[in-house]
Amino acid sequence: MTTPLVQVEDLTIDFGTVRAVDGLSFTLEAGAALGVVGESGSGKSASASALLGLHRGTGARVTGTVRVAGTDVGTAGEAELRALRGAKAAMVFQDPLSSLDPYYTVGDQIAEVYRVHNSASRRAARARAVEVLDRVGIPDAARRARSRPHEFSGGMRQRALIAMALACEPRLIVADEPTTALDVTVQAQILDLLHELRRETGMGLLLVTHDVGVAAESVDDVLVMQHGRAVERGPVAEVLGAPRQPYTRELLASVPRIDEKRAAVPGPRAADPDAAPLLEAVDLRREFGRGARRVTAVDGVSLTVHAGETLGIVGESGSGKTTLGRMLVRLLDPTSGRLRYAGEEIGSFSEKAFLPHRRELQMVFQDPVASLNPRRSIGESVADPLRAAGESDETRIRDRVRELLERVGLDGSRYERYPHEFSGGQRQRIGIARALAAEPKLIVCDEPVSALDVTTQAQVIALLGELQRELGIGLVFIAHDLAVVRQVSDRVAVMRQGRIVEQGAVDEVYGSPQDPYTKQLLAAVPALDPAHAAARRATRSELAAA
Amino acid sequence: MTGFLLRRLGGAVFVLLSLTVILYAVFYVAPGDVAQIACGPRCSPAQVAQVTEQLRLDDPVYTQYWHFLQGIVAGRDFSTGTGVEHCAAPCLGVSYQSDQQVMQLILTKLPVTGSLVIGAFALWILLGVGTGVLSAWRRGRITERVLTWLTLAGIATPVFVIGLLLIIIFCSTLQWLPSPTYVPFTEDPEQWAWGLLLPWVSLALIESAKYARLTRSSMLETLAEDHVRTFRAYGVGEPAIMRRHALRGAVAPVIALSALDFGSMFGGAVLTESLFGIPGIGRELVHAVKVVDLPVVVGMVLVTGFFVVLANAVADLLYALADRRVVLS
Repeated sequence: MTTPLVQVEDLTIDFGTVRAVDGLSFTLEAGAALGVVGESGSGKSASASALLGLHRGTGARVTGTVRVAGTDVGTAGEAELRALRGAKAAMVFQDPLSSLDPYYTVGDQIAEVYRVHNSASRRAARARAVEVLDRVGIPDAARRARSRPHEFSGGMRQRALIAMALACEPRLIVADEPTTALDVTVQAQILDLLHELRRETGMGLLLVTHDVGVAAESVDDVLVMQHGRAVERGPVAEVLGAPRQPYTRELLASVPRIDEKRAAVPGPRAADPDAAPLLEAVDLRREFGRGARRVTAVDGVSLTVHAGETLGIVGESGSGKTTLGRMLVRLLDPTSGRLRYAGEEIGSFSEKAFLPHRRELQMVFQDPVASLNPRRSIGESVADPLRAAGESDETRIRDRVRELLERVGLDGSRYERYPHEFSGGQRQRIGIARALAAEPKLIVCDEPVSALDVTTQAQVIALLGELQRELGIGLVFIAHDLAVVRQVSDRVAVMRQGRIVEQGAVDEVYGSPQDPYTKQLLAAVPALDPAHAAARRATRSELAAA
Repeated sequence: MTGFLLRRLGGAVFVLLSLTVILYAVFYVAPGDVAQIACGPRCSPAQVAQVTEQLRLDDPVYTQYWHFLQGIVAGRDFSTGTGVEHCAAPCLGVSYQSDQQVMQLILTKLPVTGSLVIGAFALWILLGVGTGVLSAWRRGRITERVLTWLTLAGIATPVFVIGLLLIIIFCSTLQWLPSPTYVPFTEDPEQWAWGLLLPWVSLALIESAKYARLTRSSMLETLAEDHVRTFRAYGVGEPAIMRRHALRGAVAPVIALSALDFGSMFGGAVLTESLFGIPGIGRELVHAVKVVDLPVVVGMVLVTGFFVVLANAVADLLYALADRRVVLS
């Protein structure tokens, strides 16, 4: 029997008093691919970093043994460790923008890594950089090697990082959330690339991801982590198809499915398609900048939202979703076009004339950390819209805020607590309570769950649905995640480059997409069933060729 | 690029003109009889009246300012009491005190201050950035703590204390150096360098402390960034990380601070110039303010302003060169 490529035994990592990884053991055979799946804080990234000894000198305490490609990472000297890093095992990091040095060209950075491990001339190292950039599909690699990271798109930067990993032909690639910052179509390209490279070079892959779908498409075995421990490990089809552990089952149940119809909604829904729409946008446009630098973010969008219905807006980054959402509640003024709310033309209202309506159109923001003032208690944040609406009786404000907090599933007595004392999901609940405070008729939710783990995500989505049924409000749900949008929306609009390319009832759009872009988007979403992965890869390459 | 230069030029002219307007306004409201001071304390009222007439001080302030502007563009004539002297364009006027043309005065003072500032500048960048790199490299160790202590002491010490100490040690006690005197470079380059050595060193010691702190903190900031982690994870050694990646992050802030310091040093090295007896712009400016010699004050301030504006424009260019994400506009 050959020794495994990676052998981890009883790995424990402590950051101060916090135990991030607690007695983790696993092996990875040469050439195999293992997915490490878990929610944030499960210790998956910390484990991946330990494979390259990246915790050294950071204050983290690491015990247990880690052997990678014949190197005992725990006891190896600095030189031995440096010889491992990049040459035998290479790491592909998340967030490709910050992971490259902004001051040097992409080619130079790859060449620098190559020269650390190979006695090559500068010229030969540059040639190698161009070669690997070409291999990962950077068009016109010889020229683009001279570009700096900011001149690359997100997907190209991720490719460049993979190229850097390939430069020294390592036996193992450790990819830590390599596609998390990317749009779904780009994510599919990167995953397909990793798959192809693995087949071609026979290298091992350790893929760390929070996205079960990403793992399903890319690995042979999967390891589910929770609270720093391995919950379940096995072949991907088995673990995802017939999970044995309750946590795995819970995790899988929380993952929104793109191929399943929206769960039947209990209780009455107020949506009446014949009634006059609550909000109607006609040919909305928004431009930013002047002269040569003018950018049209939203380019003639028309849509309607009825009371009690949810309109989903999906699109990739830069498609203008957020700009559109902000215009719908008049946080941004449209450059042109009309916006009618409850029969009134509010698009042309002055700020003062709009003020009485301001409370009726509310917004829930993406980042629950950044959208709450860290220096004010959450009760005060939720009370803001009440005070803005003219309420001045302190007891009434406090009672109403408590009621709102309890309505979104939080303890009303935590009025005086500060945002940092709450988890991400709880903070998003606070954001929702704040939006509800003014008794709105319509709420625009801009990526309300994209920063949350799937189990929390499912809870927040359920909460939004419940509130809508109860209060009959109209919801605009903006998200890049197609599966989430399918699970919450009655109707859906697909945006691309500031325009709506397709709009209709959610099951029609997902079931039989008409626009080629919609088809491409849907094909890019990773499926949970690994058996379909190959077929989906084929569909994608067909669509790309078309 | 051309657009950037034109806009900068326009901005510079605006800044310099505003400076002159402010100076004229301040001098107009300031107390004291300029003619009396220019003439001297023992002048009779008749003599003062003659000086007033000669310097045209009885003209309204805007007329005086207008003549000043005319002088810059077209040159102007001055009466010297006995005859008429022509001051060719660009004419910044004539000193109330010495009848010397301000332009000529600037041209004699500029090389002196220039020698002081350029030498000290080179030294303080070398010393400051070097110390900063060393502290970042040995962070958390005894070397860094000693350096931090020294740089803090440097920031807190006035230049005349350090300068005086240096003179006492090297000129009086050890007698390794002659007392500092200014010899023009064109006369004797060697004497020029020896004479300026102590002023350079004392100015550089004070200034470099700031740069050491700045370099150290910028480098530590960069060292905590994700891209440094990338290169560590690829086996790049610590010296290369420091040299290629961390130091690079300190370049932009050092450029920005250098521009401010370099420019303002042209008028602001007064203490150093006074202490070492260097007849430069700073000393001249202080003297001119004391005797209410408006044309000289305006001229010296214009020189300082010009170098501040110039240094900042150069800094912007260097910025764009150092960081290609910066677009000049």
